[in-house]
Amino acid sequence: MAYFSQQLINAITLGAIYGLIAIGYTMVYGIIGMINFAHGEVFMIGAFISLIGFMICSLLGIGSAPVAILLVLLTAMAFSAVYGWAVERAAYRPLRGSFRLAPLISAIGVSIALQNYVQLVQGARPKPGPQIVTGGLDLFSIDGFGVRVSWLQIIIVVVTVVLMAGFTWLIASTSLGRRQRACEQDMKMAALLGVNVDRTISLTFVLGASLAAVAGMLFLMYYGVIDFFIGFLAGIKAFTAAVLGGIGSLPGAMLGGLLIGLIEVFWAAYFSSEYKDVAVFAILVLVLIFRPSGLLGKPEIEKV
Amino acid sequence: MLKDAGLTAFVAAALGIFVVGFRTVDVGSRTGLEFDYQFADLAVAVATIFLGRLGLSLAAIGLRWPAIGLGVVMIAAGASPLKMPSGFLHWFVALGGVLLVIRAMWPWANDVATAASRTPSGELFRRAGAKWSGGLLLAAAVVMPFTPFGDQKTMDLGVLILTYVMLGWGLNIVVGLAGLLDLGYVAFYAVGAYSYALLSTQHGLGFWVVLPLAGMMAALFGILLGFPVLRLRGDYLAIVTLGFGEIIRLVILNWFDLTNGPAGIGSIPGPTLFGAVFAETAPPGKQTVSEMLGIPFDGIHRLIFLYYVILVLALITNLFTQRMRRLPVGRAWEALREDETACRALGINPTNTKLTAFAVGAMFAGFAGSFFAAKQRFISPESFAFIESAIILAIVVLGGMGSQIGVVLAAILLIGLPEWFRDLGNYRMLAFGLAMVLIMVFRPRGLVAHREPSLRLHPLRPGGSG
Repeated sequence: MAYFSQQLINAITLGAIYGLIAIGYTMVYGIIGMINFAHGEVFMIGAFISLIGFMICSLLGIGSAPVAILLVLLTAMAFSAVYGWAVERAAYRPLRGSFRLAPLISAIGVSIALQNYVQLVQGARPKPGPQIVTGGLDLFSIDGFGVRVSWLQIIIVVVTVVLMAGFTWLIASTSLGRRQRACEQDMKMAALLGVNVDRTISLTFVLGASLAAVAGMLFLMYYGVIDFFIGFLAGIKAFTAAVLGGIGSLPGAMLGGLLIGLIEVFWAAYFSSEYKDVAVFAILVLVLIFRPSGLLGKPEIEKV
Repeated sequence: MLKDAGLTAFVAAALGIFVVGFRTVDVGSRTGLEFDYQFADLAVAVATIFLGRLGLSLAAIGLRWPAIGLGVVMIAAGASPLKMPSGFLHWFVALGGVLLVIRAMWPWANDVATAASRTPSGELFRRAGAKWSGGLLLAAAVVMPFTPFGDQKTMDLGVLILTYVMLGWGLNIVVGLAGLLDLGYVAFYAVGAYSYALLSTQHGLGFWVVLPLAGMMAALFGILLGFPVLRLRGDYLAIVTLGFGEIIRLVILNWFDLTNGPAGIGSIPGPTLFGAVFAETAPPGKQTVSEMLGIPFDGIHRLIFLYYVILVLALITNLFTQRMRRLPVGRAWEALREDETACRALGINPTNTKLTAFAVGAMFAGFAGSFFAAKQRFISPESFAFIESAIILAIVVLGGMGSQIGVVLAAILLIGLPEWFRDLGNYRMLAFGLAMVLIMVFRPRGLVAHREPSLRLHPLRPGGSG
């Protein structure tokens, strides 16, 4: 029971990170119907910017952990958002109206280019992250096995919940969110009614990228080590989360992230840690075969 | 215009300020990382981007000569012994200049080319090119080992390029003809390679016996994996195939008893020529090729033999595809690519039709895989990562989906050139990714965009556009 509780805590933490990345996939898919394959790379760049940000903070002598985290969070969000914007502007926008697979292939190109760009400028070696937050809370203990939640895990879950709440509010009740949902439903009609479609799509990428950057920062703090390749696996898992929850649905992405976190952690804890990634991929395949619209998604109607 | 260039430069600076400006380096102490500031590099790069964007805007409004001038200045700056913070920046600046000059000349070059192809001799040349370029390439490929170019390095490269040509042709059946985006193609390549490696090292079977078995094995995997997922729409299918590719790689990586895990399988025997082996001394009961043919032993004979094996395998793939396109099933593939709903209405079973394309594509990947194992004599899961699938896909897409000759050109371009410039190291993968994006943006139909329809309602009139 104690072991189970401990794994549950770990799974929720991991699921929160996946959920944040998954939102970027689900929003982009919702609005322009493409899989933004480079999204995992934006997450990776967010983690790198966070690493550099934390190092700058310690150089500047900012000792207080909450201040440092907040500063780095905002910096990483802002500068990763530029990546999201630039990628959309340079690699996807010119392809709008091109044949169906063109944006996906372009996205794979962006993903390869960004990975190698970071490898070139930052080196291929794994980078150890700073120890900002240490310690934790002992919850209870059964038969000598203590269940412990670290401050870091609490921070991760709190940051995720706050951001997701804010984000849901943004989409549900601001004019920006209304425009976003309008474009999602019918881009042509939205354009006729005076919505700047290009700008709305750009904003979708910017929002998705900044959430991915937050996930990158949390990943860096949680695992303590990053390299240029983390975006690939995390990206596929987050995409799986988005598909599992129902692609295009925001609560779905969050739920999917949580479920993927649970599956991965419990598979590793009770079966085999070597095959945990296989388990996640198998879930992806099974969901797509048996319930392509996901848990909370709307079934897609094929129009002729 | 200046504002636009300034904005681009500003975005570039924002992109680079952290990731490029602060290079984190290991210092080996407890603290772990330290900064190596590279703001000078960043400044040069941003300035280049500013000038490049300015030049592009100039070219776009028709001021060709100022744009060319700017490009030439950039090339000169890149080529000059001017001290720059890193060697890469010389290349960056010069390449920016070259691209600018090309862009500025483009409309003019295009006019000239169009005008030239309109003249009667130009028309003749174009037709002849379309008709004979394949044959010429083939002839060049056949005689290549006997020309002075046929040294160790070139032959190695030739074998590599031909392997990718074969993989490209195989994937072309799936992506180009049937329109199914397969991001896990390398999984079938891995199945073929491991089939041969295991059967030859553990059961002592020869290459020529295993080759068809490996193909069948890969096709079987294609059917098994394809059956549940081929009902999915395009991009979902892409991701599921990617997932399958990763599953197969992870299983190979972790199934120690069968595959020896990350350490891989070594000492795989190479292919034999009528039972004779390519080695200096033959194992007991066998004959070496040099003994059989009565020629002195030379290491390059093995390479030449491998070259012809893969050439023949690739040609079989091509021939098979060409014939398939004329059969009902091949026509169904192409019809399905164009409009699935219409096909369904006409009574074509989409799942079965896709499944055949998937299985046939997988079979050729299996052949190529077992050739790869026989050539390398050592395989490990590392050779079958996602990036390989991406490279093969890039070859097909760059070549122009469905175009056979395009695949050859793209393989030479994407595999040959980077191998030649091996010194560039990681830059080549960066350039590779950027090239994929640029091709999609500027030539989404690929290099050889023109593709003959399999079927015409009216026969081609001479001089008509068809």
